[in-house]
Amino acid sequence: MQTTQVDYFPILMQTLLAIGFVVGTIFVSSLLGPKRNSLNKDKNFECGIESVGNARIPFSVKYFLVAILFVLFDVEVIFMYPWAVNFRDMGFEGLMKMGIFMFLLIVGFFYVMKKKGLEWE
Amino acid sequence: MSNSKDIKLVDAPPGVEGSGFFATQLDTVVGMARANSLWPLPFATSCCGIEFMATMASHYDVARFGSERMSFSPRQADMLLVMGTIAKKMAPILRQVYEQMAEPRWVIAVGACASSGGVFDTYSVLQGIDKVIPVDVYVPGCPPRPEQILDGIMRLQDIVRSESVRRRNSPEYQELMASYNIT
Repeated sequence: MQTTQVDYFPILMQTLLAIGFVVGTIFVSSLLGPKRNSLNKDKNFECGIESVGNARIPFSVKYFLVAILFVLFDVEVIFMYPWAVNFRDMGFEGLMKMGIFMFLLIVGFFYVMKKKGLEWE
Repeated sequence: MSNSKDIKLVDAPPGVEGSGFFATQLDTVVGMARANSLWPLPFATSCCGIEFMATMASHYDVARFGSERMSFSPRQADMLLVMGTIAKKMAPILRQVYEQMAEPRWVIAVGACASSGGVFDTYSVLQGIDKVIPVDVYVPGCPPRPEQILDGIMRLQDIVRSESVRRRNSPEYQELMASYNIT
């Protein structure tokens, strides 16, 4: 059985049709249908309140540290969910393992507190 | 699906039917599609908002009317539901939210306060939201029961279903917007 490049022509047509339909509907739908543009319409949505200042301002590194620590301890809670679901199956062994895990994290938490990582001033 | 008694489907609009084709007016199809997928933007400031929470929840279930998705941004919302007392200081905020909604957009004033100021006939309260934005449907009650809110939504569906696709470009509509100073 011989194949020539002409046999692939339907695939090309199909591709063009698929791309053409997507691009076409995007452009046509912007032409059809009602539309309204104004200064107020194009502003950022801030719950209807006038936006003040620029979002690109420097912010405290302290905040960054607290945010990172939050993420860290937040992920710890995520690990607890599957354990809580399988609590009965895993039994005392699972409780021990989770206890060790929590203990290590609490040591880390006290380390953070000792290093004054959560002190805002 | 269509055989199931629990699921109610929207009837096809009047038109010419044959084997393999169906011809009808664009207005009716667009109206039908819009009316059955009104995405609400709840603007709840007081007790009517609590009634709307009941309307949203499983017992009354506004999702049955195609309003499944609450939109807390005006960008993808079709139907602004203003529920509660609108103080005069709140009026520019409400107006801004309305202005940032994409066309086509509809407004329901839920409850006496949003419709007319209600019992708060005082210097600080807006005497009806139609002072700042055009309103399509008014729902009476203080606060209205969820059934009344649903009835308001159904009345709005009637309006949406019969609205011409050209209405938003018509001079009457432009005039209405201009009368509210909305460009």
